[in-house]
Amino acid sequence: MQTEILGILVIFLLSVLPAIWLGRYISRVFKGEKIFTDFLNPIEKMILRLAGINPNESMDWKQNLKAMLWLNLVFFVIAYLIMSLQGYQPFWNPVGLGNWEPTLAFNTASSFTTNTNLQHYSGETGASYFTQLLCFCWLQFVSAATGIAACALLFEGLTNRRATKLGNFYVLFLKSNTRILLPLSIIIAVALLLNGMPANFEGLQEITTLEGKSIQVAGGPVAPMVAIKQLGTNGGGYFGPNSTHPFENPNYLSNILENISILLIPIALVFAFGYYLNRKRLAWVFFGVMTVLFVSFVAVSAASEFVGNPHLDKLGIAQNQYNMEGKEMRFGIAASSMWGVSTTSTSNGSVNSMHDSHTAISGGIFLLDMFINAIYGGVGVGFINFFVFVIIAVFIAGLMVGRTPEFLGKKIEPKEIKIAALVVILHPLLILAGTALSTYMIVQNPDYGWLANPSFHGFSEMLYEFTSASANNGSGFEGLGDNTPFWNVSTGIVMLLGRFIPIIGPLAIVGSLAAKQPVPETSGSLKPDTLAFATVLISVILIVAALAFFPALALGPLAEYFSI
Amino acid sequence: MTSKQENNTLFSAEILIAALRNAFVKLNPTLMLRNPVMFSVEIGTVLMLLVSGISFFYQDELLGEPVYNLLITFILFITVLFGNFAEAVAEARGKAQADTLRKTRQDTPAKRLTGSTKIDIVSSSLLKKGDRFVAEPGDIIPTDGQVVEGLASIDESAITGESAPVIREAGTDNDSVVGGTKVLSDRIVVEVSTEPGESFLDKMISLVEGANRQKTPNEIALTILLSSFTLVFLIVIVTLKPFADYAQTPISLAALISLFVCLIPTTIGGLLSAIGIAGMDRALRANIIAKSGKAVETAGDIDTLLLDKTGTITLGNRRATRFIPAEGIKYEDFVKFCLLSSLSDNTPEGKSIVELAEKEGIIYEKKILENAEFIKFTAETRMSGINLSDGRQIRKGAWDAIKKWSEHSNESLPFLEENTHKIAQKGGTPLALAVNHEALGVIQLEDIIKPGIQERFERLRRMGVKTVMVTGDNPLTAEFIAKQAGVDDFIAEAKPEDKMNYIKQEQNSGKLVAMMGDGTNDAPALAQADVGVAMNSGTQAAKEAANMVDLDSDPTKLLEVVEIGKQLLITRGNVTTFSIANDVAKYFAIVPALFAITIPGLNALNIMQLRPDSAILSAVIFNAIIIPLLIPLALRGTKYRPIGASALLTRNLLVYGLGGLIVPFIGIKAIDLMVSLFI
Repeated sequence: MQTEILGILVIFLLSVLPAIWLGRYISRVFKGEKIFTDFLNPIEKMILRLAGINPNESMDWKQNLKAMLWLNLVFFVIAYLIMSLQGYQPFWNPVGLGNWEPTLAFNTASSFTTNTNLQHYSGETGASYFTQLLCFCWLQFVSAATGIAACALLFEGLTNRRATKLGNFYVLFLKSNTRILLPLSIIIAVALLLNGMPANFEGLQEITTLEGKSIQVAGGPVAPMVAIKQLGTNGGGYFGPNSTHPFENPNYLSNILENISILLIPIALVFAFGYYLNRKRLAWVFFGVMTVLFVSFVAVSAASEFVGNPHLDKLGIAQNQYNMEGKEMRFGIAASSMWGVSTTSTSNGSVNSMHDSHTAISGGIFLLDMFINAIYGGVGVGFINFFVFVIIAVFIAGLMVGRTPEFLGKKIEPKEIKIAALVVILHPLLILAGTALSTYMIVQNPDYGWLANPSFHGFSEMLYEFTSASANNGSGFEGLGDNTPFWNVSTGIVMLLGRFIPIIGPLAIVGSLAAKQPVPETSGSLKPDTLAFATVLISVILIVAALAFFPALALGPLAEYFSI
Repeated sequence: MTSKQENNTLFSAEILIAALRNAFVKLNPTLMLRNPVMFSVEIGTVLMLLVSGISFFYQDELLGEPVYNLLITFILFITVLFGNFAEAVAEARGKAQADTLRKTRQDTPAKRLTGSTKIDIVSSSLLKKGDRFVAEPGDIIPTDGQVVEGLASIDESAITGESAPVIREAGTDNDSVVGGTKVLSDRIVVEVSTEPGESFLDKMISLVEGANRQKTPNEIALTILLSSFTLVFLIVIVTLKPFADYAQTPISLAALISLFVCLIPTTIGGLLSAIGIAGMDRALRANIIAKSGKAVETAGDIDTLLLDKTGTITLGNRRATRFIPAEGIKYEDFVKFCLLSSLSDNTPEGKSIVELAEKEGIIYEKKILENAEFIKFTAETRMSGINLSDGRQIRKGAWDAIKKWSEHSNESLPFLEENTHKIAQKGGTPLALAVNHEALGVIQLEDIIKPGIQERFERLRRMGVKTVMVTGDNPLTAEFIAKQAGVDDFIAEAKPEDKMNYIKQEQNSGKLVAMMGDGTNDAPALAQADVGVAMNSGTQAAKEAANMVDLDSDPTKLLEVVEIGKQLLITRGNVTTFSIANDVAKYFAIVPALFAITIPGLNALNIMQLRPDSAILSAVIFNAIIIPLLIPLALRGTKYRPIGASALLTRNLLVYGLGGLIVPFIGIKAIDLMVSLFI
C-alpha cells in the first residue's frame, strides 16, 4: 500500500515539475516570443499562406469566435461524412469495416469534435485505420488545439490594457498543434513504443496461444494515438477497453507515463496564465486551489477503494479487503484511483480501470470531478471553465471588501455576470435534464434495457453518461447500453452545447473586459492572490458545482454507499 | 449620530405599522417581479395554496396531507411577507427622515414679486422656476432659490441642525437659499430655481421609495447572479421528481416546493432592496442628498479625493500665531501697533491678529482712536492700517509692500527679511508692520490644521483612497501643509481649470475621482468628477453639476460618503455569502427527510438528527425567520473597517461565511426541537 501511494506521488510530482517549465514555454509560444522551436516558422508560414490567412491580422473576440466555430463546423461535417461513408472507401480498411449508422456517426462526430471522445462504438471493431487516423486522431489534435487557442485568447483578453483585439485564432490554433501538441506527442509516443506498445497497420493478426488455440489480435497505430489521446485530454481509446487494454497500457511504467500525459498540459496552462500575464503568484494560488481539491479527491477515492466492500468479507470471499474488481493487477488500487480522478477532473475520459466497478464513493468523486470540470480541466477549456468560477468568486468577494468587484484591474459589471450566470446554469441544466429525461423514459418503458444494473447504480450509470457528455469527458460508467438512437442523439447534442457555450461565454466576458479601461490597484482593491480569496474560490466551486447536484448524488452514489 | 438614537428609530411603532401595511401592498405580483428570487417564492406560495385546496378533495402521494400543506403554504406566505416587510421598514425609515426635512417646507406663504415692485402673497406650491420672491426678517423661505438681490443672514438649523446663522449674498458663491430656512436679518430677492416637486429633497425621497427606485449596476449584477442560482435550483427540483420516481420514492409537491424555497437565496433576496434603501437613508441621515443611488455606491469605489485646503484640511483661514519685532523694538509696543493696525481690518487674518494680541494681554486706550483715520486695503498699495491723530502712520501688509514703503529703516531690514523667509518656508504667511515708514517687525500667519484630520487621512489611505489637497498657496507653503496634514498630493496655486485637468488625468489612468465644491467655477469639475458633492451653501450651478449635495456644507463629509458607499456593498456581499452558505445545512435537513423512508441508508446524512416528519418544516421555518432577524443588520449595515481588503475579506468570511455555514445547523435543530413539541 505504501509503495502504491508513493507511486501516485511520483506521478503527481512528475506532472507538476515539467508543467511549470511547459507553462513558460506555452506562454512564449502564445506571445510569439523567440523560442527554440522557431525552426518550425517556415512550415507554419507556408500552411498559413496556403490557407490564405494573414498571421499579423489581430481580431476582436467576435471575429475569433467566428473563426473557431466555422473551423469546428468543417471538422464536424468531414468527420460525419468519413464515418457514414466508411465502407465505400478502400484505403486502410484491411478488415473491411462498413458504414456507420447515422445517429452513431452524429454522436461520434460530436464526440471527437468536442474533445469528448465518448465512444458509443468500440474502437478496433468499428473504425478502420483510415477513420482512426484521419478522423479520430486528426480530431484529437485539432479539438485539443481549439481549446488551447481559445485559452490563449482568454489570456490576451485579461492583459491589463485597453484593447479590443485579442490576437489571431488561426495562428494560435496552428501553433498549438505544431509547437505544443505534436512535439509532446512524438516524445510520449516514442516513450510508449519503448514500453512495448504496438504501432503497425497490419490488421488482425493470427496468433497461436499457449493452449494451442488460434486467435485474432487487432493491432494498429496504437502508440501515436495513445499519446495524443492523453496529452489532448481526449481519452478516446484505440481499443474498446481503452487504457486497461494491454496494448494501450502495457505496464506500470507506461501507466505512469500516460497519467502524467493526462495532467501535463492542463496544469501547464495554469502556469502559462501566470507567465503570460506576469501574475505568477496568482497562478500558484489557482494551482493551489485546484490541487487542494484534486488531492482530496484522490485521497478519498483511494481510501474508499482500500476499504473495499465489507459484504464480500462477510461472505467469506477473500479480497484482501481491497476493492480490486474492475482494476488491472499491474496498476493496483492507488494508481487506478489516481487515474480515475485525473481523467475525470481533466475531462480526459480515458480509463485504466472500470469506473463502474469502483466503490460508490469513488464513483461519486468521479462525478464531482466532472460536475466541477475545472480542476486543471480539459486542455484550454479547463482553465476557461475555472475562469467562470473566478468571475463569480471575484464578484462576491469584491462586494465583501466594499468596492465594485474587479479582476486584474477590470470591473465586473452586470454584463459579465449575466454571461457567467448563463454558463453556470448550463452544466446542471444539461446533466440534470438529460438524466431526468432518461430516468423518466426507463420508468415508463422498463423494457428498454439500457441498464446492466438496477436501482441506484443504474441511476448513477445514466447520470454519469450525461455528466461525461456535458463535461466533454468521454469516460463511461460501463454497463449502460448506450449505442441506441436516444443516447446517441441526446448525448451528441449535450456534448456540442457543453463544449461551445462554455467557450463562447467566457470569451465574450474577456472581450468585454478587454475593452474596459483598467483600474489601478489600491490597498482597497481585492487581492486575488491571497488565502482569503482562495477560500472564497474553493467555496464557490464546491457550492456551485456540488449543491446543484447534491440530490442527484444522494440518489445515486450516496444512496448506494449508505445502503450497502 | 449615536447608535442609541438609531436604535430608537430602527423600529418605532409608527414605522412598524406603516411597514406592515406596505408589506401586504407589495404582494402585488407586478411589484414583486422586480425581485426574481422573492417572486419565485410568491409563485411557490400560490402553487402550494392550490395544492392545499385540491388535497382536501383528492388524496395521493404527490398532493400529500392537506393540513401539512396548509402549514407549508402559510410559512411560505410569511417568507414573502418578511421580505416585503424588510423593504417596507427601510422605506418607512427613509420616508420618516425625509418627512422631517419636508415638514419645514410645507405650504408656506410666499411674497411673490410681480413686475418689479408689486408683491402678492401666494402659496409656495404655486411658485414656478424663474419666479421671484421677497424674503424679509422672520420669513420662512418658501422654496429653493438663488439670491439675486441683497444679502441676508439665514438660520438653516431646520435643515442642517447647525444653529449658527449663515450669510447668503447675491452675486457671490454663497447665493443659494433652501426652502424651509428662516431669514434673520435684511431683505433679499430670490429667484426660484426648481419646479415644484423637483427639488433635491424630492429626488432623495424618491430614492428611498421602492416603487420608482432605480437599481444600481452592482445591484443589477447581484440580482442576475441570484436569479441564476434560483434557476439552477428550479432545475434541481423539477428533475428531482423523475429521479424520485425512478428510485420509487414518493415525494410530495409540498416537499419539492419547500426544498426549492429553502435552497434559493431568499435571505439576500428578501433583504436586497432593504439594504439598498438603507444605504440611501444613511446618506440622508448624514445630511447628504444624493441624486442617485449609483452615486452613493460609486463613492465606495473612489480612488482619489480632491479636497480644498481651506475649511477641509485647515481651519477656516490663516491665523496669526506669532509677533516678531525687529531688534531694539519693545515687544509690547510692536504688538500694540499690530493691534491698532488691525482694528478696522475685517478680514479673518486681521481679526486673528486682534484676537492674538488681546490674548497676550495688550490693551490700548480708547482715546488714542479719536480722530484716527482708518486706511483701507487697496490693490495698489497692498497695505492697510491707521493714521493716528498724533500723526503716526501705521501700516501693515505683505513684506515687499512694507519694505518698499519703509524708506527710513535700514539695519533692521535684513533681520526681518530673514524672518519672513523662515515663516514662508514653514508654510506660514508673513505680514510686516511699519510705523512712519520704518519697518518694526513681522507677524506670522499660519494655517491651523484641523485637529484629527491626519487620522482621517490615514484611514482613507488604508482604504486605498489617495487624497489631494487643492490650494491657491504657492508650492512651498502647499507642500509644507500637505506634509503636515498627511495628504498624498497637492495642487498649488490652483486655478479652476487645474482641478479639471487633474481630475481628467486621474480618470485617464482608470481612477474614480471625488471632489467637493461650492462655487460656480467649480461646476465643470464637479460634473467631471465621478462623485461631485456640492455644498448646500454653494451656487445653484454647483448644485446642478454635482451628484450629491451636502446640507451641512461640511467639507470633510466626503470621507463619510466614501464609507457609506463601501458599507452598502459590503452589507450586500456579506448577506449574500451568509445566504448561500446556509444551503449546506438545509440540504442536510431536507434530503434525508425526503428519501429516508424508502432509502433508510440516507438517514446517515441526517447529522442534525431531525425527525423525518418535522425536518422539512423546521428548515422552511428557519428560512423564513432568518429574514426578519437580519433586518437590523440590513438597515444598519455591517461595520466598515479600514483594515485593507485582504484582512477585511478574511474577517467577513469568518463571520458571514463560516457563520452562515454553522448558524442554520443550530437554528434548524432548535426549531425542530420546538416543532416536535406540537407534532
